[in-house]
Amino acid sequence: MSIDMAQFHQVFFEESFEGLDVMESGLLNMDPGKADVEEINAIFRAAHSIKGGSGTFGFMNVSDFTHVMETLLDEMRDGRRQVAADAVEVLLQSVDVLREMLTAARDGGSADETRAKTQYAELQRVLADKQAGDTEAEPVKPVSPEMHEVHPVGWKIVFRPHSHLMRTGNDPLRIIRELATLGELTVNCDISELPAFEEFEPEDSYLSWDLRLQESTDKSQIDEIFEWVEDDCDFAIVPVMPEGYDATATVSSPAASAQVEPVAQGKPHLSEVPPPEERRVTDERRSEAERRKAPVAAGGSSSIRVDIHKIDALINMVGELVITQSMLGMLGEDFEMSRVERLREGLTQLERHTRELQESVMQIRMVPISFSFSRFPRLVHDLSSKLNKKIDLKMSGENTEVDKTVIEKIGDPLVHLVRNSLDHGIEKPEERLAAGKPETGTVRLSASHRGGNIVIEIRDDGRGLPRDKILKKAVERGLVKADDNLSDKDIYDLIFQPGFSTAEQVSDVSGRGVGMDVVRRNINELGGAIEIESTPGKGSAIIIRLPLTLAILDGQTIRIGAETYIVPLVSIVESIQIQESMLNTVVGRGETFTLREEYLPVVRMHEVFGIENHDAKRLTDGILVVVEGEGRKCGLFVDDLLGQQQVVIKSLEANYRKVEGLSGATILGDGSVALILDIPGLMRLAKQGGARTRTPLALTA
Amino acid sequence: MAASILAVDDSASMRQMVSFTLKGAGYDVVEASDGVEALNIARTRSVNLVITDVNMPNMDGISLIRELRALPSYKFTPLLMLTTESSADKKQQGKAAGATGWIVKPFNPEQLLNTVKKVLS
Repeated sequence: MSIDMAQFHQVFFEESFEGLDVMESGLLNMDPGKADVEEINAIFRAAHSIKGGSGTFGFMNVSDFTHVMETLLDEMRDGRRQVAADAVEVLLQSVDVLREMLTAARDGGSADETRAKTQYAELQRVLADKQAGDTEAEPVKPVSPEMHEVHPVGWKIVFRPHSHLMRTGNDPLRIIRELATLGELTVNCDISELPAFEEFEPEDSYLSWDLRLQESTDKSQIDEIFEWVEDDCDFAIVPVMPEGYDATATVSSPAASAQVEPVAQGKPHLSEVPPPEERRVTDERRSEAERRKAPVAAGGSSSIRVDIHKIDALINMVGELVITQSMLGMLGEDFEMSRVERLREGLTQLERHTRELQESVMQIRMVPISFSFSRFPRLVHDLSSKLNKKIDLKMSGENTEVDKTVIEKIGDPLVHLVRNSLDHGIEKPEERLAAGKPETGTVRLSASHRGGNIVIEIRDDGRGLPRDKILKKAVERGLVKADDNLSDKDIYDLIFQPGFSTAEQVSDVSGRGVGMDVVRRNINELGGAIEIESTPGKGSAIIIRLPLTLAILDGQTIRIGAETYIVPLVSIVESIQIQESMLNTVVGRGETFTLREEYLPVVRMHEVFGIENHDAKRLTDGILVVVEGEGRKCGLFVDDLLGQQQVVIKSLEANYRKVEGLSGATILGDGSVALILDIPGLMRLAKQGGARTRTPLALTA
Repeated sequence: MAASILAVDDSASMRQMVSFTLKGAGYDVVEASDGVEALNIARTRSVNLVITDVNMPNMDGISLIRELRALPSYKFTPLLMLTTESSADKKQQGKAAGATGWIVKPFNPEQLLNTVKKVLS
């Protein structure tokens, strides 16, 4: 039967990559010198599974490579080898190489062979390091020379099971049957050992057999049949030579030779046998076959692992929903007004179940942020040695659950931010000591739920952002004017401007400052916001706020004329009714209003979207929704606030086309379409002078 | 009735491969991801054959075999271990614990089926 092994590849790769993560974090936690046995065990198991799987699924290079790692880990596990820092380092690098090899195998590419070879040699070096003293290497078994020029015409086999053989799950009958598959077999049963009935133990074996196989099979085939039971029986395999041949031939039997009595045909010389030659041959043949099969169609379909409890909850909810539905169905069949109370009850139940079902479904996409955080211990470990700094990474809230898409997209920005903290934030040990701080700097990475948001913070106790340097640079670049009178916060926000970098010396760690603007853009694309806090000499913090999910949004519905729009709740600072006294008009720059000493621009929404029949003509008549995006604030002038609700986001791009200032659309309870505002985009639009795009209006359903 | 086989492995891909192969050959397959889970299953229902990996969290294959062998209903049940250890050491430990035999990894579906047929005949 042929089974396409490729169908198991995806699962194999997934679990292998998970295994690599386990190995990596385990290795990072390992204190050289004193090793936690459970930790090493977990690392060993991961390596072991990868080796076993890769061998089975035909990735021989991976399997060979992992084998050396496994051997090394095995020695550490058994306490035969000290857990030396050097070995841990080499293992860590090997994990990287392995990851590359697996990625290449999955994507059908080819791994960097030189690197793999170098690393392989490195592993061998570590392995050989201490090998001298203990001879753990398997003794090379002497290969017994092939003695017979003349092949035997058959075999005489004596098989004497020990009394407990059946209790190992083996069965003498099975062995005899198997022998019979090799050729014609004559069976003679020896019942002389059978005890008297009253001494008879029904679970013991008392019989032995004299077997004669009339076939010149290879002896290894017979050996293989006895492989499992070689310690549970006495047996001898003696060749039957063609007539006229001197019978004192050398015959071998695996192990247990001492107990075997000499059997007929002269004295068989029982000696150790090499591991069956034959098996190795089949191994090679098979791996060859699998290698041919290997070009993997590792399709790009991505999958998600879901906790079984979540699925159970889901199925449970669906069950409830079906019950409610059938109840309502029955109610509807012969409805009378007297039953309106029951109907109302049923509808309430339906609503509750739908909501719970929705929550359960959303839960499926939620994965712990540890998926994203897990790479940081390694990153910090590597970078701190590269930068000659002492840095402690403290993580909290790794179990906070986030939408899978968010996890995928937040990874790179987080790496960038953590690198920045390590490179620019934390000072060198000398500098820290001079400043009266502990030598070791701390970077805290935390995640938590706050309201409907996920808040991720990267906080360091380094030197803080260099306010003056940033300002100077920004003036040089013409981003701001020297006399612009900016608040500290405004100045810190400048680092998000494209092409901004303050590091005097560009290091290969945090790159050339192409990052921060990209970081902010990525976060904005996820519907989130990023903020900086910094205290000179004390440290800085980057705070990222992200929506829990990308499919549903907490929104504030607003009305402009007959149109309804949705403002994402996370962007809203507050909503106010303004007085005449708060307003001012700046020549050439439009209207502004004062809010707690801040001058904020007013965006007349009806102008931006070209709505004509709006109610509030004067700013004091309507409402100003103060929103924040990309670190800037403004007041959106609208007719009315309608209410807060969760809306399901439908993509405009997928259903219509991308429209500046809008991030999507949703369908309201009454079936009409409402557009969701993209606050940063809207601000850009308003700045360009508004009403260039009048199309959205036409979208009303 | 088809013979039932309990397949125990912490690696999902190996478990799938074993299970898929055996189900394809008409066996009734129950899966467990470690020794503890396997032991619980084995206590609540009877199976005709157990195939277990050696290295697993919570309870390894060798302990599982020892525990199973101690159960009256598993006294004579074939218990096979999947092992990559070519060293005789693991096999000996397994035998001492009561294993019937072993299948050496890597193996292909055909080898697996041949072995299973052998012990279930």
